[in-house]
Amino acid sequence: MLRIDQATYDAIVAHAKRDHPDEACGIVAGPEGSDRPERMVEMVNAAGSPTFYEFDSSELLALYKEMWARDEEPVVVYHSHTATEAYPSRTDIGLASEPGAHYVLVSTREHGNNEGAVEFRSYRIVDGEVTEEEVSVVDHLSPEE
Amino acid sequence: MAVEVRIPTILRTYTGGEKAVTGEGASLGALIDDLEANHPGLKERLVEPKDAGPDLRRFVNVYVNDEDVRFLGGLEAELSDGDQVVVLPAVAGG
Repeated sequence: MLRIDQATYDAIVAHAKRDHPDEACGIVAGPEGSDRPERMVEMVNAAGSPTFYEFDSSELLALYKEMWARDEEPVVVYHSHTATEAYPSRTDIGLASEPGAHYVLVSTREHGNNEGAVEFRSYRIVDGEVTEEEVSVVDHLSPEE
Repeated sequence: MAVEVRIPTILRTYTGGEKAVTGEGASLGALIDDLEANHPGLKERLVEPKDAGPDLRRFVNVYVNDEDVRFLGGLEAELSDGDQVVVLPAVAGG
C-alpha cells in the first residue's frame, strides 16, 4: 500500500494537469528504508512528449546526488498518461529500474488541464511484473517512529 | 589505477549488494571489462552490440566526474586515477 499525504497527492495531480497534454514526471523522496514519501521533486520531461517521459540526464544525476547526501531514496516515481488509462505501459514496465519504489500513474485523459477528477493509481514494478496496490491518502503522514 | 564506480540499486545483485565497487581501466570500456571479470553479468546490463560496435545501452546513464559520458566519447571516454564513475538507469517510460 502507498500511504501519501493529501498535500503531496494534490501537488502531483496539479503537476499532471499543468503539463497536460505532455506527460509530467517526478519523484517523491523519503528517508532510506522508511517508505515515507516526504519530499516531492518535480522533474522536467526532457522528452516533452504526450507519449513519453524521460528525466534529463544531468538533472537525474543532480537529483540522485542530492538524495544520497540526504540519505534518501525515491519512494515514489510518478508520471502521467494524458490519453490512456493510469496503468503502466509496456515501455514503463521495461524501463522500471527502482524495484523499491511505488510507481504512481496519473491519467489526465478525462479533464486535461481543467478541474475534475483524475485517475491516481500506484504499482510495484519488479522484474517486469506489475502489482497494483491500494493508495491511502492521509491528512499528514504519522510522526516518524 | 583505481576508479570508484557507484552502482544503482537495480544492479547491486551483481555486486553482492555493494553500493560502490572499484575497478581499473584507461577508458570506460576497459573499466567495464574489468568490472565484468569480478561481477559477471554487469557488462551486459550496461553495453549492447550495435552496428558500429558495442555501445552503452540507450537507457543507462554513465557519468565520469559528473559529466555524462555521451559527451566524453562514450565507451572511449578516458579515465584517470581517482575518477568517480556513477551509473544511473534512466527514469523514463511511455
